Amino acid sequence: MATKASRSSARLMIAPAVILLLGWMIIPLAMTLYFSFLRYNLLQPGDNPFVGWENYYWFFTDPSFSAAMWNTLVLVGGVLTITTLGGICFALLLDRPMFGQGIIRIMVIAPFFVMPTVSGLVWKNMFMNPVNGIFGKIASGLGFQPIDFFGQYPMASIIFIVSWMWLPFATLILLTALQSLDQEQLEAAEMDGANWLNRFWYMMLPHLGRAITVVILIQTIFLLSIFAEILVTTNGGPGVATTNLTYLIYVSSLLQFDVGIGSAGGVVAIILANIVAFFLMRMIGKNLDA
Amino acid sequence: MARAVTNKTKVWNTVTSGTLGFLMFFPILWILVLSFKTEEDAIRAPLEVLFASDWTMDSFAAVQARSDYFKHFMNSVIISVGSTLVGLLIAIPAAWAMAFVPAKRTKDVLMWMLSTKMLPPVGVLIPIYLIFRDLGILDSRIGLTFVLMMINLPIIIWMLYTYFKEIPGEILEAARMDGASLREEVIYVLTPMAIPGMASTVLLCIILAWNEAFWTLNLTAANAAPLTAFIASYSSPEGLFYAKLSAASIMAIAPILIMGWFSQKQLVRGLTFGAVK
Repeated sequence: MATKASRSSARLMIAPAVILLLGWMIIPLAMTLYFSFLRYNLLQPGDNPFVGWENYYWFFTDPSFSAAMWNTLVLVGGVLTITTLGGICFALLLDRPMFGQGIIRIMVIAPFFVMPTVSGLVWKNMFMNPVNGIFGKIASGLGFQPIDFFGQYPMASIIFIVSWMWLPFATLILLTALQSLDQEQLEAAEMDGANWLNRFWYMMLPHLGRAITVVILIQTIFLLSIFAEILVTTNGGPGVATTNLTYLIYVSSLLQFDVGIGSAGGVVAIILANIVAFFLMRMIGKNLDA
Repeated sequence: MARAVTNKTKVWNTVTSGTLGFLMFFPILWILVLSFKTEEDAIRAPLEVLFASDWTMDSFAAVQARSDYFKHFMNSVIISVGSTLVGLLIAIPAAWAMAFVPAKRTKDVLMWMLSTKMLPPVGVLIPIYLIFRDLGILDSRIGLTFVLMMINLPIIIWMLYTYFKEIPGEILEAARMDGASLREEVIYVLTPMAIPGMASTVLLCIILAWNEAFWTLNLTAANAAPLTAFIASYSSPEGLFYAKLSAASIMAIAPILIMGWFSQKQLVRGLTFGAVK
């Protein structure tokens, strides 16, 4: 079908995109890698000597690093658990016949379109503030001691806010997947005497398996890079209680101007994301053949 | 859908799911309410806020007066629309070529493009920051437009590719047989058929660019700051001014909420790179 001429013009049409993306990927990546082996602080002028693995040594032995790794794990794991389990429940609930399904679905999905800085600030001030927030008002109205969410449970509070933003994403994708399940099969199973639990366990869940994997992988990529929600609520604190890897690298790069250590951290973050990306790409690639 | 459902079940389903929807939507609803209150009323008990206080538009004017909301709004518009349109210009030819003139490597190229999206932004923060500083485009709309364009480019190409793939190749061949040149083929045959797909791609990319909050926070200061950064400036101590924070938040999320509702379906395809349709 394709002639030689159309082949070469096709190549020409792809070229700008490929060149741009290649540049976007290779140049900063090479620079990060290079900087990570230099002693390089923007506040200390002078030449930047090559120091081998020193930056990595400092980054890994910094007590904030192990805290940040742990926080990243808790944050990603917590949000994934809530959004995946919650998403399955929400999708099942929304998939039933009801009045005004469109409006209800819109209300459930809406938080996904709220920008991270708004979500962070609104939850922090209007809801979780112990004095003026709604939760505090309700608690004191009922005679309980209001909880200082960000003071006492900073990480749980952030997990809660981020889950609110990502639960709609999981719900939307799982609902889409659920709706592609053959209704007649379900009915046939029902007539053969399979109860709801059986239908859920042996038919719906296996059908959702692929969508669940996609939700988990894509969310992991985004959740590893959570930044704005932390910046506007806790600034990584108290102490380093809510500092994740992204925030730690931001602190050493743009607040302490330590290019070397920040770059070493960047390389670590890239390696981590690549491990997740490897599995995600395999899933998507498989679908491309079909 | 042949199954008969009693109205009683349907009402029960509506009530349970409706409660769920209301709870998820409540924070947005609440800031909408607070944005029409005075600062003194906004921090009263929830029921008093609703039923025992006056409604006013003052907060919206105050937000504009305090920090020039419209400048930041325009920054958001220019950056998100600009990055999407430039991305579209680069992506359309590429997606077209890959969908209609597939080569042996097409799949690898697509997968590689997607893989650039997996790069954590913080991993390349320093190089981009330093390059931008040296080029003098830190805190500029051009710089930010470029970054967001690059971030969304793989998604645009990928979405367009899946839409183009669904256009039957025979139609294009027929046009070619009738002597249409490549240019004519793209303009008169392909474009009209691809417009719905392109529209949803544009919508999704504007949403993603509008809400992007890593680069917009780290690469801007006063001049090019879009609404994400504008809101972040409320983190303290102005965050305690609930009515103003609510008004600013509502103005920042309203346009995108409306667009988002129109693009729900396409969202799934775009965000899962076609893995779930």
